[in-house]
Parts: sequence; structure tokens; C-alpha cells
Amino acid sequence: MSKAKIFFTLSLVAVLASWVLIFAKGFNYGIDFAGGTLVQVKYEGKAPIDKVREAIKKSKIFEGASVNYFGSDDEVVIKVRTSSKKLGTDIGDEARKLLADTGKFEIRRVDMVGPKVGNELREKGLMALVLAIAGILLYVSFRFEWRFAIASVLALVHDISIAMGALVLFNVEVNLDILAALLTILGYSLNDTIIVFDRIREGLTTVKSANLANIIDESVTRTLSRTTLTSLTTFFVVLTLFLMGGEIIHGFSFTLLVGIVVGTYSSIFIASPLLMMMGFDVENYRKKLADKKRREQEKEKMRAMYEQGTV
Amino acid sequence: MKLNYRVVIFIAAAIFGLALSVPSLLNLQKGPKITLGLDLQGGLHMLLGVDTQKAIESKIKSLASSIKYAAEDEDLIVDDFKIKDGAIHFELLDKDDMPKMDEILKKIKGISIQKEGLKYTITLTPEEIESIKKYAITQAVDTIRNRLDQFGLAEPTVAKQGKDKILVEVPGIKTPQQEQRIRELIAKAAHLQLMAIDEERAANADRMTPAEAAQYGDVILEDAQNPHRKYLVKEIPILDGSMLTDARVAFDQNNQPVINFTLNSQGAQIFGDFTGKNVGKRLAVVLDNKVYSAPVIRERIGGGSGQISGGFSVKEAHDVAIALRSGALLAPVFMEEKRSVGPSLGADSIKASMIALITGFVAVVIFMLLYYGIAGAIADVALIVNLFLILAIMALFGATLTLPGMAGIVLTVGMAVDANVIINERIRELLYEGKSVTKAIEQGYANAFSAILDANITTLIAAVVLYAYGTGPIKGFAITMSIGILASMLTAILGTHGIWQMLENRIDKKKLNLWFGIKLEGDR
Repeated sequence: MSKAKIFFTLSLVAVLASWVLIFAKGFNYGIDFAGGTLVQVKYEGKAPIDKVREAIKKSKIFEGASVNYFGSDDEVVIKVRTSSKKLGTDIGDEARKLLADTGKFEIRRVDMVGPKVGNELREKGLMALVLAIAGILLYVSFRFEWRFAIASVLALVHDISIAMGALVLFNVEVNLDILAALLTILGYSLNDTIIVFDRIREGLTTVKSANLANIIDESVTRTLSRTTLTSLTTFFVVLTLFLMGGEIIHGFSFTLLVGIVVGTYSSIFIASPLLMMMGFDVENYRKKLADKKRREQEKEKMRAMYEQGTV
Repeated sequence: MKLNYRVVIFIAAAIFGLALSVPSLLNLQKGPKITLGLDLQGGLHMLLGVDTQKAIESKIKSLASSIKYAAEDEDLIVDDFKIKDGAIHFELLDKDDMPKMDEILKKIKGISIQKEGLKYTITLTPEEIESIKKYAITQAVDTIRNRLDQFGLAEPTVAKQGKDKILVEVPGIKTPQQEQRIRELIAKAAHLQLMAIDEERAANADRMTPAEAAQYGDVILEDAQNPHRKYLVKEIPILDGSMLTDARVAFDQNNQPVINFTLNSQGAQIFGDFTGKNVGKRLAVVLDNKVYSAPVIRERIGGGSGQISGGFSVKEAHDVAIALRSGALLAPVFMEEKRSVGPSLGADSIKASMIALITGFVAVVIFMLLYYGIAGAIADVALIVNLFLILAIMALFGATLTLPGMAGIVLTVGMAVDANVIINERIRELLYEGKSVTKAIEQGYANAFSAILDANITTLIAAVVLYAYGTGPIKGFAITMSIGILASMLTAILGTHGIWQMLENRIDKKKLNLWFGIKLEGDR
């Protein structure tokens, strides 16, 4: 608890830096959200990337296209911001024609997202994030207390902000799968926070001291080994996904890796101190609990009397 | 060692999981199997938009041709018949014809009529326009489904999505060329029209501008094979493909593929009447605004059948016949979103994610074993059953496994042991406090339950939102994660608890290191 100030400052700096990055530089939106076309081409042997660049220049459709290696050097992706509405001959077919002389290749993937769909997906994505947070807020208030809910959601905002900042910092392309990763972080980081909060909830009734700081310290310490263990196992598997899962899943697993680290950190060092800052009153909470218990007991008593026919 | 209800449920779950995941794992012919998403098996996913404005335009056109036909049938003299700005305009020459014309128009629903002397202006009512738009979309869905079914590929999906979009998913496409052919088949308007050539001005077709042609109520159309060859035809067709009942590929005397079509009785009637009245003139067979042939009418053609010829390849003729049979698209469709994955990329993705899954899984299993001893082994057993259960439940409900879905399973491996970590930590704590093994286990499970429940439910909330707002592959992620969480409640909490209850009397208090991976002060 004593070091809470240091962690708060650290987190505040990280969150603010992330926001600055997000607003100043902005996300590198992939075609899912920005619209455009992606063509993935695999060559037999090393891909002649210069020839590919040269070949697609012949068509206006590919103006401003980028060509990069994808995962290994026998595969390239061509990305362009344009999309075509035509069903018959689409940009993929066009690319096939243009690349005909560049060697033996196979077009393995063509993704095209029209601008309208891109906007829709972005709106839906934002909506999903907001709804998920709202749903969680509601559930936690119901199961715990509103201050717990606010603290956990603030911790979530902290995690998501930093993960998003990392996306901007490392120029990770933001597509639908990144959104899925962010939502997973939401669930995952909350997982950690709730387990600590559950201990605090338990501590509120079992620990004798009425000092919240003591209760929190005790609860965090007691859940520390679990938090680190689970984080470690999850970190392991996501790391294998990152290293071996293939290029397509790279951005997704990267986001998760950042999220797991930040989420673990925040549930240990940020969420619980937040609870304290919001002025959670242990005595008051205990009194409420006692009141509730008394009321229930009285009810029981009344019922017992009623059943015996004394009332 | 006595069986308890928890173990019985756990064993039943294990058998269920194994039995139902075997068909998917070994790729058996029989039994329920997991469907692979398009990103794993390769295929075409498209979101199509429908240009409903075009449906309204063509509705007005066909309305115009039926009014014209009815008027001629009643021998009414109609002048200056044209379509302008979405309205039909014409003028009667004889005032006495008005009651008869009103009679004709009365039979047509969904139009509003304005009269100015003998001049008529006919427009569609807003309700009619709305219903045409709606119908255009449902009709497009049915038509595209029909076409794909007849093309003969395994299980294409065609469904309306949202208010005005159509989702098309075609698995099992082998080559980009085949994919292009399918896209062309879907896009084909297949709008067959039989049109009269304006013989009076036909000679000037090459010199006329579209605006000039419109003055005479004509349009200029290109030849299907030679775009430089132009035809001047009457804008309002004699009849269109909506009166077609069948279309088949056949071969003419030169062994060239042609398409024979048959008209319904109404179409046959109109066709017969027209050819009877216009012997010696030419009739243009127009498909999607291109003239395929324009033979001279030699005699009245009864029976209602005709032929489209014009240099088709066999494949083309086959596709055109399918498109004609399944009906014209009332409105053209266009691409809003497309995702196509080749079969080899799908196979690579499966391989890569399987390697990740197995590596991650083995790492977690070994870690648990080393850290918790037998308690870790029990958690591992639960984890294995959990994996099979995920596969089994997905197979049972015919759920789709996507690449993000695979990632979801990998993630579940990490998260499912979490419940056991929480429980084991609680048990260890109680053992440190000096509780008996039986008591520590019972209380450990009781203490851990609320935390695990709350944590899982919040993750589920995120997963449900993802499912509701995600598309294709992302939905797959939400599905595997949700199933994984629910299955882990059964295996990691109930299952392991049952195993402990069976074993707890055999646990040697002196060997807690072996059982729970801990050293108590008293052990030394």
C-alpha cells in the first residue's frame, strides 16, 4: 500500500502517454475498419517483390498500393485503400492478371472491405467495447458494491488504454481480430481484479482490523501467488501463439501479450488502491452487512413464530 | 474409494466429450462434426449490397409495357408514350377512350394517376416503392441461392443480413478462376428481353445519340459479340424473362452451344400476337442489355419457345441457363465486402494454430505437474477433458471453428487451469493453517467458488458482447471462449472436486509435498 503513489504515478504517465499517442498519431487502421483491399500472394521460392511492385503499377486500381513480405520471404501482401464494387472482375482477379509474368504464384487470400462496411464495423466495434464495459460495471455493482465496480472499470480503462497505446507505438495494424483481443483483455484483466476483490470482500467480514489498507494488503498478498501463476500460464500459451501461430494471428496475440502483462499489474497495484481512494468505508459496510443479517434473522423468527401459530 | 455423483458426472462428461469429438478429429464420415470456418477450409465470403433503385426503374418499365399492351389490345390510340423521371407519361388521342383506359389502370395496384386533359402521368405510390425495394432484396436472396444450388457446390449459404445486405458464403472453392466464375454467376442480371427493332430508323442506329433515340422512344443497344455493331430498339420490351419457365443448354446444327427457353402461357400469348402482327420485321433477343441475335420474323411463332444463340462457350451457356432458370435479379447486386481464402492458406493456418495449441497445452500441463504434484495432475486431467468437451459441444451444435476460434481454445487452456490454481492455492492455505486434508479440500472448494464464478461470468459478458457484435471469424472466437468457460466450470470445479472426494481418505498427511506440492513445517 505504501508504494501506491509510485504505481499510480507510473500508470498515470503510461495512460496519458497512450492517449497522446492515440490522438496524435492515431491507429493504423487495417482494411476492416478503413476499407480497402488486401491480396496475399505466395510464390514458389522467394517472392520477387520488386517485380510485383513494378507489375501492379500498370493498373490504376493499385495506385498508392503497398507491397510487403508477409511472415516469410516467399509470401507478399499487396494492400491498397481502394475497393471495387464489381462482382464479376474484382481487384483479386486484376492482380492475378497483372502478376502473370512475375513467376509461379498462388493467390491465397483476397479481402476487400467497402468504405460503408468499414465505417459500420468501426461503429459496431466501439459499441461492443462500450457495451462490454457497461455490462461488467452492472454485474460487479450487483455482486459487490458500486465502488468496486468503478474501481474495476477504471482499472479496465487503464489496461485498454495502455494496450491501445502499444498498438499505436508498435504500429500494429488494427483489424477486427485486434478488437477481439481488446475485448478478451477486458474479460481477462477483470478476471484478475475480481479475484482480488473477492478476497477483499471476504476479508471485510473475516479480518478483525477495520483498517481498509490492512485488509487490502492482506488480500493482495494472499492472492498474489494465484495471480502470478495464472498470468504465467496464460502468458505461456499466448506466447506460443505469438511465436508459432502464424503471421495472420500475430497482431492478435501481440495485443493479448501486452494486455496480460498490464492486466496483471493493474489488478495487483492499481485496482485495490483505487478502492481506497474512493473512500470505501469498512465500518459502514460491516454495519450494512450486519443490518441485512439482522433483518433476515428477524424475518426467520417471525416465520418460525407464524408457523408455530403464536402470532 | 467410493464413487460420488461428481465423479459420475465428470466421467459421463469425459465419455461424451471423447465420443463426440472423435468424428471431427479423425475426420470420419459419420457422426456430428465441427464445421470449419471459411478462413480454415478456404472459401468465399461476401456481403452484397442491392441497388434497389434499379428494381424500381425496371418495375416502371414493365408497368409501361403492360399498359401499352393492354391499350393496344383494346385498340386505344396512345401517343407520346414515354418514361421520364420515374413516371410514365402518355396521351390519349380520343376522349372516348378515357373510360376504357381508366378501366385498365384501375386493375393495376400501387400506382397513382394524374390526369391533365387527355395527358396521363402515372407514378408508383411510396408504399409500393418501399415494398418493391423489400421484395428486390428477398428476391435477390432467393435467386442467388437458387443459382448457387444449381451450380453444384457443397452447402453455400445465402442469407439476408441487416436491412439491405446479403451474406453469401461458399466453402470449398478450389481455384481463383472458379471463384471468379461463381461471382460472375451471382452478378449476372439474367435479364432477358424480347424487343422490337425500330425498322423505320434502324439504318441510322450508328449515328444516333442516346438522347435522340429517346425522343422516338428507342434505345441503342450493342451487339453481344461485336460492341461496334449497334441496334436501335423500342425502349419498351415486348416481354421479359419474368414470363420464362425454363432454359436449357442445347447445341445448334453447327454444334455451337445455344440456350432454348420456354415461356409461360401469358408470355406465349404475347409472343404469338406480336410475331403474328410483325411478320417481316426483326425481333431482338436481348440479354442484360446486349443483343444476342435479331432474326427476321417469318411467321407467327406459337408455342412460346425461343432460342438465344451468340457465340457462348459451353461453360458460359451453362451458367447463363442456370441464371435464366433461377430468375432474373430484379436489382443488380454489388460487393460491399469480400473475403476469400485459398485452401492451402486455410490448411497452413490449421497447422500453425495446432502447433501453438499443442505447445501451449504441453507447457501448461508440465508446469502444473511440477508446481502442484498430484493436484496438478488432477487439474491436467480436467483440462484434457475440457478440450474434448469444447470439441464435442461444438460438433453437437454444428458450430463453426474459425482461426480466432482456435486462438480462443488456446486461450481457454490458459484460463481453464486458473480455476484449479485458485482452488489449489486455497487448499494449500488451509493446509498451512493446520486444517485436516478433508477439511482443507472441502473448505478450499467452498472458498474459491465465488471468485471463480464471478470471474467467469464477467468473461462471459465480454464473450457474449463479442458474439453479438462480431462478424464471421470473430463470432467463432466468442463461441469457443464461451463454451470453454462453461465447460471449465464442469471439469475444473465439479470434476476435480469429485476426484478429490474419491481420493481424500488415501492422502498421506506426511506426503503433502507429493499431493499438493507443499512442504509443511511439520514434515521436516
